[in-house]
Amino acid sequence: MPFPLGFLVVPMSVPSHRAGDTVRSPLLTMSDIIKAFPGVRALDGVTLQVQAGEVHCLLGQNGAGKSTLIKVLAGAHRPDSGTVIWRGEEVVLRSPIAAMRLGIATIYQELDLVEGLSVAENVFLGHERTAAGFVIRRRDTRVAAAELLRRLGHEEIDASRAVGELPAAQRQIVSMARALSHDVRLIVMDEPSAALDPDETENLFRIVRELTADGVAVVYISHRLEEIRRIGDRVTVLKNGRSVAGGLAVEETPDREIIALMTGREIEHVFPGRSAPRQSAPTVLRTRGLAREGEFAPLDLELRAGEIVGLAGLAGLVGSGRSEILETIYGARRPSAGEVSVDGRRLRPGSVRSAVAAGLGLAPEERKAQGLFQLESVTRNVSVSTLSRFARLGWSDRRGERVATKAVTRELSLRPDDPDVLIRTLSGGNQQKAVLARWLLRDCRVLLLDEPTRGVDVGARAELYGVIRRLADAGLAVLLVSSELPEVLGLADRVLVLREGRVVDAAPAPDLDENRVLDLLMAAHADTTPPGTEPS
Amino acid sequence: MTQRPVSSPQRAVPRPASRGKRPVRGGPAGGRPPGPLARLGRQADVRNLSLLGVLAILVAVGGVTEPDTFLAGSNLQLVLTQASIIGVVTVGMTFVIAGGGIDLSVGAIVALASVWATTVATQEYGFTGILFTAVVVGVGCGLVNGVLVAYGGMVPFIATLAMLASARGLALQITDGRTQIVTVDAVLDMGTPGAYVLGIPPLVLVFGAVTALGWLLLNRTTFGRRTLAVGGNAEAARLAGIDIRRQRLHLYVLSGLCCGIAAFLLIILSGSGQNTNGNLYELDAIAAVIIGGTLLTGGRGTIVGSVLGVLIFTTITNIFALNNLQSDVQQIAKGAIIVAAVLLQHRTLRRTGGG
Repeated sequence: MPFPLGFLVVPMSVPSHRAGDTVRSPLLTMSDIIKAFPGVRALDGVTLQVQAGEVHCLLGQNGAGKSTLIKVLAGAHRPDSGTVIWRGEEVVLRSPIAAMRLGIATIYQELDLVEGLSVAENVFLGHERTAAGFVIRRRDTRVAAAELLRRLGHEEIDASRAVGELPAAQRQIVSMARALSHDVRLIVMDEPSAALDPDETENLFRIVRELTADGVAVVYISHRLEEIRRIGDRVTVLKNGRSVAGGLAVEETPDREIIALMTGREIEHVFPGRSAPRQSAPTVLRTRGLAREGEFAPLDLELRAGEIVGLAGLAGLVGSGRSEILETIYGARRPSAGEVSVDGRRLRPGSVRSAVAAGLGLAPEERKAQGLFQLESVTRNVSVSTLSRFARLGWSDRRGERVATKAVTRELSLRPDDPDVLIRTLSGGNQQKAVLARWLLRDCRVLLLDEPTRGVDVGARAELYGVIRRLADAGLAVLLVSSELPEVLGLADRVLVLREGRVVDAAPAPDLDENRVLDLLMAAHADTTPPGTEPS
Repeated sequence: MTQRPVSSPQRAVPRPASRGKRPVRGGPAGGRPPGPLARLGRQADVRNLSLLGVLAILVAVGGVTEPDTFLAGSNLQLVLTQASIIGVVTVGMTFVIAGGGIDLSVGAIVALASVWATTVATQEYGFTGILFTAVVVGVGCGLVNGVLVAYGGMVPFIATLAMLASARGLALQITDGRTQIVTVDAVLDMGTPGAYVLGIPPLVLVFGAVTALGWLLLNRTTFGRRTLAVGGNAEAARLAGIDIRRQRLHLYVLSGLCCGIAAFLLIILSGSGQNTNGNLYELDAIAAVIIGGTLLTGGRGTIVGSVLGVLIFTTITNIFALNNLQSDVQQIAKGAIIVAAVLLQHRTLRRTGGG
C-alpha cells in the first residue's frame, strides 16, 4: 500500500494552513446506503462516518442491519444506492478484494474460516505467500502466521493445525490474525468478544488499543454496552435499517439514551385499541416453574383466551431469554424443569407434536429460515401443518387445500390475494401473515409470536398489529416477544419484563411506560439494582 | 472507561509489523514446523496407510491364489497400464470433488476425445495431431462444463450430466458406431515393449507424471489451496477475496484436460478410437476418489488416496480375472468396498471430531 503517496493527497482538499488537521477529515464516509433483499429493506438509508484511529461502535438490535452494513463495507454486498467515500475519494466496493486492497479488513463471526485448512492457510487465504506467483512458500506462511498470532498474544495456537480442530475462541483469534495479515487502515469486528472469556476480552481490548494507536480505525460491533464504554470513542446506532444516531461521543452519551435509540422511544405506530379486560375468560396456557438452565429462571405464566401478553427485554443485549421461553413452551427445546399445560392438560415436554396437537402455534423469529418454505406457494406454506385434513387415503385434495387457504388468507387480508403465488415474492408483512394463516387453518388456540414485525416495513406494521388484535378478539391467546418496547407496550394487554431470564416485573400494559421498563432493564448493566422502583 | 489521546497524523501510519508485509522471520517459538511424528499422525496419512494396507492384502491374496501369474512382471505391467487411464481421469476428478463439484461427463469426454483424435483427417497429422486433438477436445468439453457451472449457475450434477449425453452422442455421430483403427506407427509403437523405459510402459510413466503434478498442484500451490477453500466453505472463500467462479471454471477445465490425456493413453493402448470408450469411467473415478478419502462435499482432497483407490480397484479386477470369476462378482465386490470404505471414514471422522 503506497501510504505516503496517499497521505500527500489528503491535505490537498483541505486549506493548507490546516494541514495539521488532516486527521479530522474522515477516513470513511458511507452515506444513504440502501440495500434491499426480496421482501425486506435491510438497509434503508444508513450513514456511517469513521475517523482514522478511533474505535467506532456500531450498535443495534438483531435485524437492525449491522451485518448487512458491514458486508457492504467489506465488498460482499453491493448496495442498491448510496455513496462510499474512502480517504476523500468516492469508491465502489465491487468485491471483497476491492475492499481489502483499500485496506478494509473484516472479522466476521466464524463464517469466514475454512475448517479443512490449517491456521496458517486460513490466515493467508486469498493472498497466499508465494514464489513465482503460485507455489506456496509453506515455511514462510507458517512463520508469518505464527508471528501474527504471537502479536495477538496467542503463540500457543499451532499455525499448522486444522482450524476445524480449534475451539471457538481460538478461531476468533485466527480471524483476527487474518485481518491483520492485510495492509489495514480499517478493521471491522463483528461481535469479536462473543466467543471470548473475560481474560481473552482484555487481550482483545489491548489489541484494539494498539491498532488505534497506530492510526488504524476499528468499527466495533457488540451488544455489550460495558465494552463500548471501555474502548469506544464514538457510536452509531442502527434501527430498522436506518442510522438513528451517527457518531455520538461515547463519553457524553448515557447508556439510557443509547438503549432508547436502539429500542425506539418515539411512537411511530398506531396500535389498535384494547378490548375490555376479560377476567372471566378461561385460562388456556399455563406454565408452572418452566425453566431451562442457563437460559431462563422458573417461569409461572397464565394466558387467558383473548389476551395478548408481551415479554419485554432486550434481544442479545443482556440475554433476556425471551425466544428461548417461547421455543420451550412450543416444545422445540426441552425444559430442565417445570411443565406446560393447555386447557389443563399437560404437554409432553420437548415435543413439538404434542404442543401443536394441543393447539399451539409458533411464528418464529427467523421467519425465512425457521418458518417458510421459500420455494413453495402461499398455499403450500399455509397448509403444511394441516396436510392430513386435505388428504384422502394419502392423496391430497388440492382444490380443498386452495379453497381453505384462500379463506384464511382473506381473513388476514394477505396480499396479493392469490394462493398460488410464491411465498418469497411476498413482502415481509405478508409472509408473516402466511405464517399466522398456517396456525389459523389448524384452529390454533395459542399463538406464540417471536418478533412478529422483524423484517416488516414500518409502514406495514400497523396492519399486522390490527390482525393480531383481531385474532385475540376472536378468542386466541397470544404470547408476544419483541425487542421494540413501544410494540410490546402498545399491543399487549399485560407485560412481563424480563432481565437475564428472570421476570422482574409484571403489570397491565397501560400501567407501564417506557421509562419504567428501561429502568428495569438498565439495572442489569449497573450491576447494582437501581434505587428502588418508585412506589406506584 | 479508558482515556486515550487523540491520534496524531504521524501515528496514523501503521507500524510496518502491523501491515503484515513482512513479519519478523523466525520469531520465538510457534513458527516451528511440526515434527515428523506429528506429521505421521495426521489424519490423511493414516488413511493413506490403511489404503496401502488394503492394497497389500489384495496383493497377498493375488499372490496366494495365482502365485505364478499374478506376481509375474508382465502382469504387474498390465495392472499398472490398466490403472493409468482411469488413474489420470481420477486425478482430475479429485480436484473437481475437492472443490465441491462433481464431473459425470469424464467417460463421455474420453470417448469423444478418442474418436475425434482418430478420425482419418486427424491421423494425417500424425502423432502430434492425435495428441493435440485429444487434449483440445478434452479441455474444450471441460471449458463448457466449467462455464455452465461457474457462470451459468447450473448445478454441477446437471451440467455434466448434459455433457455426458451430448459428448456420447457426438462421439457416435463422428464414428457412426465404427471402430476407428489407428495407422500412425509413432502412436502404436508407444504401446509396444520397445518403448518401455526401464521396463516401465510409457502409459504408466504418464500416469506417474500426472499424479506427481496433481499432488504438487493440490498441496503446494495457491490453486490447490483455493480449490480446498472453495470446496470447504465457498462463502468464506469469497469473503477472503477468492474469485470462486473462476476457480470453479478452472477445476472443470482441469478435469477435461485429464480426460484428453486419458483418451490419448487409451488410443495408444487399444490402437483405435471407439464411441463406446470410457464407459462408466465417471463411476469408477468417483468411487476411487471417495474411497481415497476426498470428501464428496468438498474441502478435503488427497491425490495419493485417489490413486491408491484406483490401484485397489484395478487389482481387484485383475485378481478376479485371473481366477476366472465373472464380472458380476467383481461389481458386487466393488460396491461392498465402497460402502466399507465410506463407513470407515465416517467413523474416523467422528472419532477425531471432524476436520
